[in-house]
Amino acid sequence: MTRAFSGADVIYLIEAARWTVALALVAIVGGGVLGLVVAVFRVAAFRPLNWLASGYVNLIQGTPLLGQLFIFFFGLPLFKIQVDPWVAASMALSLYSAAFLGEIWRGSLQSVSRRQWEAAAALGMPYGQQLLYVVLPQAIRISVAPTVGFLMQLVKDTSLTALIGFIELTRASQIITAATFAPLPVYGTAAVIYFVICFSLGRLSARLERRSHAAR
Amino acid sequence: MSYNFRFSALEPYAGEIVKGVFLTLQLSLITMVIGLAIGLFVALGSTSPLRSLRVPVRIYVEAIRNTPLLVQLFIVFFGLPSLGVRFDANMAAVIGLSVNVGAYCGEILRAGFESIRPSQIEAGRALGMTAGQTFRNVVLFQAVKAIYPALTSQFVLLLLATSVVSSIGATELFHQAAFIDSRTYRSFEAYTLVTLAYLGMTLVIRAMFSAIYWLVFVRRPRA
Repeated sequence: MTRAFSGADVIYLIEAARWTVALALVAIVGGGVLGLVVAVFRVAAFRPLNWLASGYVNLIQGTPLLGQLFIFFFGLPLFKIQVDPWVAASMALSLYSAAFLGEIWRGSLQSVSRRQWEAAAALGMPYGQQLLYVVLPQAIRISVAPTVGFLMQLVKDTSLTALIGFIELTRASQIITAATFAPLPVYGTAAVIYFVICFSLGRLSARLERRSHAAR
Repeated sequence: MSYNFRFSALEPYAGEIVKGVFLTLQLSLITMVIGLAIGLFVALGSTSPLRSLRVPVRIYVEAIRNTPLLVQLFIVFFGLPSLGVRFDANMAAVIGLSVNVGAYCGEILRAGFESIRPSQIEAGRALGMTAGQTFRNVVLFQAVKAIYPALTSQFVLLLLATSVVSSIGATELFHQAAFIDSRTYRSFEAYTLVTLAYLGMTLVIRAMFSAIYWLVFVRRPRA
């Protein structure tokens, strides 16, 4: 039995978009913690750590996200972990984000001039203080805009979790399409919702970038 | 953990995976070529002095860059038939991917054009080169050098993104994983193997691209 595509469906799609946003936020927080480790390992003065981190980044950036999602979806049950699409999706996306955030933050750390480290050392600060009080505040300012830019990328990437059955905006569109058989208006609405979220994030990122340039 | 990993169960399907690798490479190459052609129009359109040309091109680029590829594919494959435009899955995949990558290529090419300063062209002309010589020896070489790294990483991103078209049933490498999974019930092994096949492809392609960059731009035989 099919029914017409109505305003109630639009509301349902907007509600489903909350899960898209929630998933992206979980992934950026989870990926952020791990990404910090990746970034620090990449710049650490110990070769094996550099190799470990760049190997991880190459592995994640060299394989399709869809493959990573499927490996988690089918792999977690083998370790007796309850296979909820929500768990698989948030774990896979966090590991995925960690690689990208790690690279963004490594770039930000390295873009702080060598002389800043040296100046801090000349003031008698130990390594931890040099990083914490001198380099990090500058690196964070540089990294904010590309990090928000990546969040926009991540919102789009969450659509792939529909294929392992996580109900977010894209999966919700599939469900409504099955009921209304009106694919064009349904997917069109979904596209508009994605557009609103991503376009705002893109604008925010551009504004932050201008501001961080103005401040220097 | 009591699960027995049996990658050997996939052995009879080695041929399917090799076939999938070639289908994926073929799909990536075709869509990259079409995407570059679209990108050329986008780059020319978005730098055009004509507003009536600039605005629609910007709308196209923003619409593509702010929506997920998966939704774009669903619109092409499931949505357009209700307007009477019908494609088979492989055709829809080529169209969806090309339209998607065209927007990104357009941005890269535009940046490439803008990176050439007019003084470079004037300098070439002042040295007595014809307009054609200036274009070939001064503009083209520098423009290609400027956009080469971005284009190659765009190609790798495209190669990875082609896995998404398996969701509308187009035949490529990821689709082969689903097929093998359905025959062997070895989901984890099948998807792991195929994902690693993508890793192999991207590593080889990246190495190839940087070798070409070194041969053409770093060694500069004709400098």
